[in-house]
Amino acid sequence: MNGVHDMGGMHGFGRVEPEADEPVFHAPWEGRVLAMQRAMTYTGAWNIDMSRDAQEHLPPKVYLAVSYYERWALGLEQNLLGKGLVTADELAAGHALHPAKPVRRTLTQTDISPALTRGKYERPATAPARFRIGDRVRARNIHPATHTRLPRYVRGHVGTVERIEGHHVFPDSVVMGAGESPQWLYTVVFDGRELWGAGSDPSVKVSVEAFEPYLESV
Amino acid sequence: MSHDHDHHHGSELSDVQLRVRAIETVLTEKGYIDPAALDRIVEAFETRIGPHNGARIVAKAWSDPAFKARLLDDASKAIAEFGLLSRVGDHLIAVENTPERHNMIVCTLCSCYPWEVLGLPPVWYKSAPYRSRAVSDPRGVLADFGVMLPAETEIRVWDSTAETRFMVLPMRPADTEGWSDEQLASLVTRDSMIGTGFPKPADETTPRSEGAAS
Repeated sequence: MNGVHDMGGMHGFGRVEPEADEPVFHAPWEGRVLAMQRAMTYTGAWNIDMSRDAQEHLPPKVYLAVSYYERWALGLEQNLLGKGLVTADELAAGHALHPAKPVRRTLTQTDISPALTRGKYERPATAPARFRIGDRVRARNIHPATHTRLPRYVRGHVGTVERIEGHHVFPDSVVMGAGESPQWLYTVVFDGRELWGAGSDPSVKVSVEAFEPYLESV
Repeated sequence: MSHDHDHHHGSELSDVQLRVRAIETVLTEKGYIDPAALDRIVEAFETRIGPHNGARIVAKAWSDPAFKARLLDDASKAIAEFGLLSRVGDHLIAVENTPERHNMIVCTLCSCYPWEVLGLPPVWYKSAPYRSRAVSDPRGVLADFGVMLPAETEIRVWDSTAETRFMVLPMRPADTEGWSDEQLASLVTRDSMIGTGFPKPADETTPRSEGAAS
């Protein structure tokens, strides 16, 4: 979806302001949110793409106004509600009011390693890769109203396939509940002037990780 | 909701603290989570998962050309020997800075970052200013960090739009011949592995115990 989360190339957000000696968490609740997100992902109730999708569907003014972990908390609530694992009256009451729905598994303190290990997203190839390293490709001019990982700033622009990363779970399909539908994944590199115009910095090159359905031959 | 600023340090519980507490209580009462497991996850991210892991990898790449070759070929496989608490999935990619090319990592769509080797990303990495400008004005972003590069140096920005993850292998600082991996690692900053900074110069750190009188 063409949401405010798709920020590449936007103006007006100001300077980057690094914080000296930044703590891992700025308040204990931030760590709780992160840990709950990891623990709930482990239950199999949803996956990383659905977490992103939930945040992208927050109202734009909320997405931009709240802090990072607050956004996570709001996305977590949306996923919990959407999957029927909790209800709004429970969140309002701060207590369980209804029986739990079964989940596939729960994380226990005896082994938290699954919550610290990144999932694997590569899947066996079901068809040969359509593009080869060095091929010129155009990022398709598509505007799905649903979750996608093709940022707006490359759509319609021509780049070069630099790496073939393998055959990966396709987020656009996962969030639709349409299964993993694995696709070839490429690193496609664009000249900065192709993206930002002839007057832009000629020394800049930008790459995205692009799934095959995002690309077309030139 | 009150969101005038990101962090509340007052004694009263803020809206977000109450909200997060409510979520945790409900999830615990329903048996979906174990608060003790949450404690351990938080502790792992606060103590064991951080840029010190990436610094060890960079130091080894500086001192061991065969390791560097393996790292650039397949970083996930190469770093397996470090036995990090948190393993990277399949797809860590190390990109090398050279005098001709400077690499920078961003995630314009969310906050993708190589947690396993760099820990959790800093606030600025996840912020709108960085995500919006890193791809369109990387030199301007670098200037925000006080980093200047020659105009002819290629700036290569890697937007992490899938489950591949990137880390920058910065250039080894001058005058570090003969340093141990541990000494080299002390020069490696988090930002140098994101591409928004350089390693510390050799003369800014505690000199080696021998021959360091100069």
